Amino acid sequence: MSGTVPKIRLSGVCKAFGDKVVLDGIDLDVPAHTSLVVIGGSGSGKSVLLKCILGLLEPDAGKIEIDGRDIQAMPREERDRARAGIGMLFQNGALFDSLPVWENVAFGLLAQGKLARREARARAGEFLEQVGLAASVGDLSPAELSGGMQKRVALARAIAARPDILFFDEPTTGLDPIMGAVIDGLIVDCVKRLGSTAVAITHDMASARRIGDQAAMIHKGKIVWSGPAGHLMDSGNAMVDQFTHGRRDGPIQMELRR
Amino acid sequence: MASILDSVAATGRAVIGACRVTGALAVFAASGLSHIFRPPFYGRMFAAALLEIGYFSLPVVALTAIFTGMVLALQSYTGFSRFSAEGAVANVVVLSVTRELGPVLAALMVSGRVGAAMAAEIGTMRVTDQIDALSTLSTNPMKYLVAPRLLAGIIALPLLVLVADILGVLGGFIVSVLKLGFNAGNYLTRTLDFVQTMDVVSGLVKAAMFGFLIALMGCYQGYNSRGGAQGVGASTTSAVVAASILILAFDYVLTEMFFAR
Repeated sequence: MSGTVPKIRLSGVCKAFGDKVVLDGIDLDVPAHTSLVVIGGSGSGKSVLLKCILGLLEPDAGKIEIDGRDIQAMPREERDRARAGIGMLFQNGALFDSLPVWENVAFGLLAQGKLARREARARAGEFLEQVGLAASVGDLSPAELSGGMQKRVALARAIAARPDILFFDEPTTGLDPIMGAVIDGLIVDCVKRLGSTAVAITHDMASARRIGDQAAMIHKGKIVWSGPAGHLMDSGNAMVDQFTHGRRDGPIQMELRR
Repeated sequence: MASILDSVAATGRAVIGACRVTGALAVFAASGLSHIFRPPFYGRMFAAALLEIGYFSLPVVALTAIFTGMVLALQSYTGFSRFSAEGAVANVVVLSVTRELGPVLAALMVSGRVGAAMAAEIGTMRVTDQIDALSTLSTNPMKYLVAPRLLAGIIALPLLVLVADILGVLGGFIVSVLKLGFNAGNYLTRTLDFVQTMDVVSGLVKAAMFGFLIALMGCYQGYNSRGGAQGVGASTTSAVVAASILILAFDYVLTEMFFAR
């Protein structure tokens, strides 16, 4: 029975900010141990979708289930526990600039009281090596790192607590194509090694194909297409085709003021 | 008729907006205070905040206090000498410094130094998703960022004001003895005879309240920052302005409570 329950299920999720409707009845299933890539234009609601699942935003309507359990109906402590099993790689890394790199990586372990500081320091070094950085980087401050290194540190932080679910918000934005491919490779490795379920949102089609098993497109707060990530470039859906091929003309009209 | 309705509507909107902000601030303050007493406790964050608010503010508070005491002695001597009441200089200096000038000036200086830094730091964390990142790492931002700062503000300001009281009186003593020709022993005797425990305690209670207000406004404005660098800058300004006004308003309220007959 548990094999048929998706790891994450969204049913009719709605979210608006004032008059602006951002999510308009999102229905989405993410099976366990798969990687789903969500694509869509800027302002289409991708980040809000992730924030609703993470609990950083409360949806106005609809249901979000993890392992078949409605997380909004859970008691607060249980909900916090469920969310503690989610790792997140933020678009800009969101590293704590007041802490050294190793403390950033081990932050979740220290916060959950799983390790003493000395042990956490050693474990942080191991996680840094898993993302291709020397353990000695742990003594630096995040401001001393390049963009690619910051992304790798943020990835090490996201996987440090061995989460069941991993979210990636624009993991390759701002990186050169080679570093983007390196980050994608690390993401795929980490997800496979941990056996996690992953949801990534991206504009980068090469990245989407590398990371995702499944893909979905969100437009004006609705899922307009979903299918295998390998079919992104020949989906047969006019909106997906326009987006993935970067065509100016098509069913998606950009609201430009002239 | 339409213009009357417009002005009523505008007034209504302003009142509703003010109520909304006051309510949000009250909820934020209550939440921050409640987290001071509920585990887990972040001792390192508290120690860092105490160091920042207390220790690193010492030079600016010390200089403010000593010069204030010096000016106070000089001005009160000028005034009292017209009535041949120069002997009251020591009384005026100690009373003014312990009851009012020590707590208020120390708080205003700390507000400019620390309140702005708090708002900028937390505001930057907000606009760069670091606060959201805390939530995803099993850490309540109110507990980790706000509660330690509120507690540090409540504890550090009275300690700073105690130092300011001593240095303010010392400033008055230096000017009175070295410039105005007062007898050092007599000056100190008049100061110690005149000052009462309540004068010092009321100043320290005020300082604890001011410390709370400075930390509260710094954290609240930073926590609610929006819109990148410009938003953080606006939050920083708001934190200092709001804290300064609240310090002066609460100074009156507390003075009324302590000393009004």
